[in-house]
Amino acid sequence: MSTFVDEKPTQDLEPFKGVKKVPHEEYYTSGHRTCQGCESAQIMKLMAKAAGPRTVVLGSTGCMYVANTSYYATPWGVPWMHTQLGSSGSSALGAAAAFRVQMRKGFMKDEPINVIAFCGDGGGADMGLGAISATMCHPDYNLLILMYDNESYANTDIQISGTSPYGVNTSFSTPGKVKRIMNHRWKKNMAPLIMAGHPTVKYVGTISTSYPLQAMNSVRKALSIGGPTFIHCLNPCPKGWDFDPILSFELGELAVNTGIWPLYEIECGKLKLYGKTKDIANGRFKRLPVRDYLLKQGRFAHFIEEDIEYFQSKIDEMWDKWLVPGIIPLQKEIEADNPPSL
Amino acid sequence: MATLTVPVEEKKKIDRNEQEALITGAEAIAIACKLANVDVVTAYPIRPYDTVMQYISQLVADGEMDCEYIVAEGEHSQFEIVKHASACGARVFCGSSGVGWMYAMECLTVTPALRIPLVAMVGNRALDDPGAFGVEHNDALAVRDLGWMLTWVDSAQEALDTALIAYRVAEDRRMFVPLAISCDGAFLTHSQALVKIPAAEQVKKFLPRYNRGDLLLHPDNVISVAPQANEDWVMEIRRQNYAVTEIACDVIREVYADFEKTFGRKYGNPFFEEYMTEDADIVLLGMGTMSTPVRVAIRKLREEGKKVGFVRLRWFRPFAGPELAKCLERFKAVGVIDRDFSFGSPDLSGVVATEVRSAMYTGAATRPPVLGFICGLGGREVTLPDVENMAEITFEAAKGKAQPLTQWIGVRG
Repeated sequence: MSTFVDEKPTQDLEPFKGVKKVPHEEYYTSGHRTCQGCESAQIMKLMAKAAGPRTVVLGSTGCMYVANTSYYATPWGVPWMHTQLGSSGSSALGAAAAFRVQMRKGFMKDEPINVIAFCGDGGGADMGLGAISATMCHPDYNLLILMYDNESYANTDIQISGTSPYGVNTSFSTPGKVKRIMNHRWKKNMAPLIMAGHPTVKYVGTISTSYPLQAMNSVRKALSIGGPTFIHCLNPCPKGWDFDPILSFELGELAVNTGIWPLYEIECGKLKLYGKTKDIANGRFKRLPVRDYLLKQGRFAHFIEEDIEYFQSKIDEMWDKWLVPGIIPLQKEIEADNPPSL
Repeated sequence: MATLTVPVEEKKKIDRNEQEALITGAEAIAIACKLANVDVVTAYPIRPYDTVMQYISQLVADGEMDCEYIVAEGEHSQFEIVKHASACGARVFCGSSGVGWMYAMECLTVTPALRIPLVAMVGNRALDDPGAFGVEHNDALAVRDLGWMLTWVDSAQEALDTALIAYRVAEDRRMFVPLAISCDGAFLTHSQALVKIPAAEQVKKFLPRYNRGDLLLHPDNVISVAPQANEDWVMEIRRQNYAVTEIACDVIREVYADFEKTFGRKYGNPFFEEYMTEDADIVLLGMGTMSTPVRVAIRKLREEGKKVGFVRLRWFRPFAGPELAKCLERFKAVGVIDRDFSFGSPDLSGVVATEVRSAMYTGAATRPPVLGFICGLGGREVTLPDVENMAEITFEAAKGKAQPLTQWIGVRG
């Protein structure tokens, strides 16, 4: 029996069948003042393009608010509204509810409208997690929450967030004379957390701006499948990660190719890996060493050999020991655990 | 309750098709939400306001009310959901009490700044710690400087009527600011009284559809709401909220006049209600349901020949300063009963006493002594002996005998 509510999809958004089929129209254009090489701005552009004009965007506080929308210089070609740092979930719910009831009562033309709320990793994985979780439990409302993840509070001076990698140097975790590693937390596994915790959610995906076509099609699927959906996007950040902006795209690829950032979508409970992640999982591609990724970034410059090895061992564990490699961190040994018979 | 008289001749003139029911203050507001055809309601449990949401939930379940009824996971989300729903054109309602209201503080801050006409109910409750379910006014008063309109009601009838008035005032395009209706926990939220419930057609006439206009968040209206403004523009934007406060009293007066015309119930001066003040030497002043024991005590004192009256403040924001000062200047002394505290304030008084003194300083021709009383905190009753005591102290001040500017009444030790 299916646990999924058969709700009217928001819009008929077929996937783009190749780069050349992507429309030229932009709904996120000039006017923002994000950094050179900013991949978070890139996903805003792709997200708006994928969603099209019948869309409302709610943006919680973060880089994509502060650096993105200056008064009198908005980059948004679709209606956009600021929402509080922890409110991406509640803002999307409020907008979706307002449209639904007004259409039902005849106060507003009955048509599919995309509701997208975005948040950064601070707004999504830290402060706003409760509200996102609550929103994911409402199968009646069509909406997408997109979390752009630059692995720190990058707008406020680069501080650790719930998705910052182990050992990273941020302004709240600078290495010192006695302690080299100040951040002992491991990155929060957001997409599986949303999926496992909210079994009626029909679509959860991970994307990377280094794979723009898949990213856009993921947004289109999330918007058209019906009910609340969630996408987690990894966005290399030249300022926060301390690398030359020319490397933004390459670092996105390296995150995938080292196995650190698996690409997948979970549609109505069915897991589908895609891109290089799929090749890693079925053995057609050998994961690159994490060293190639870490050493390109100043935020790991304080790592000594043991740190790199430890990081590598944790990634190896993800792929070799996890029940669903790269995704679900239950250990495979559980399968062999035979409880005594009665 | 003394003001709820319907003139007989007017009753004959128009058949208003009213019904009468024995309901609590919370239920009265739930019924007002139904009559106002509210679109989005968000609930979260905290006593004592939450009874309003229990009634709304039942109205939705019984098919009497058509709205999106969303139970949020906390007050922060509760207020954020309706904020965005209102930006998208929906008429919205929510509410809270005590620390729940404070949990939503971030959202309470941005809602007036975004010009959202949210109508909320505050079931006034003492703030933690220590825990107490009873009434105290510090919860609602916490937003007094932020652009919210704040009103205190003292009967279930007034709660229902004020909720309808609230939507008219808040959704007036000249206003577009949120409004909180404060109902004293238990004394009003949970106390039943006979309430006249107006007919839906009458309400429809009184309350036009909320029109977000050019501020509507919808694909047909491509706008960016609340971008980062910084020192370049924030001051000009704040000044717009200030402009609302300049006209707020006029708008409220207009709406009360129209309310009276439509429903026939008269509230007189919307901002404060006077009881036995005509020949009074001194008056007590306060907000909310303390009016009941105060009125009873005053009748008793009057029998003893003591000329005391009562002024019940209905609207705290906007604060009808000049009007109130004009009213109070004619008495020999004023005793303000605060069901709140404002630690470290001038003269260590409560919030209302400080505001009254401020209004008197600029607005009154003569300035009688204004005494501050802190009374009835944490749900403790304002008793008849308490009121008599406060009246006595105020009479002493009227005779020219210096009195402490702030006294705690009905407190042990």
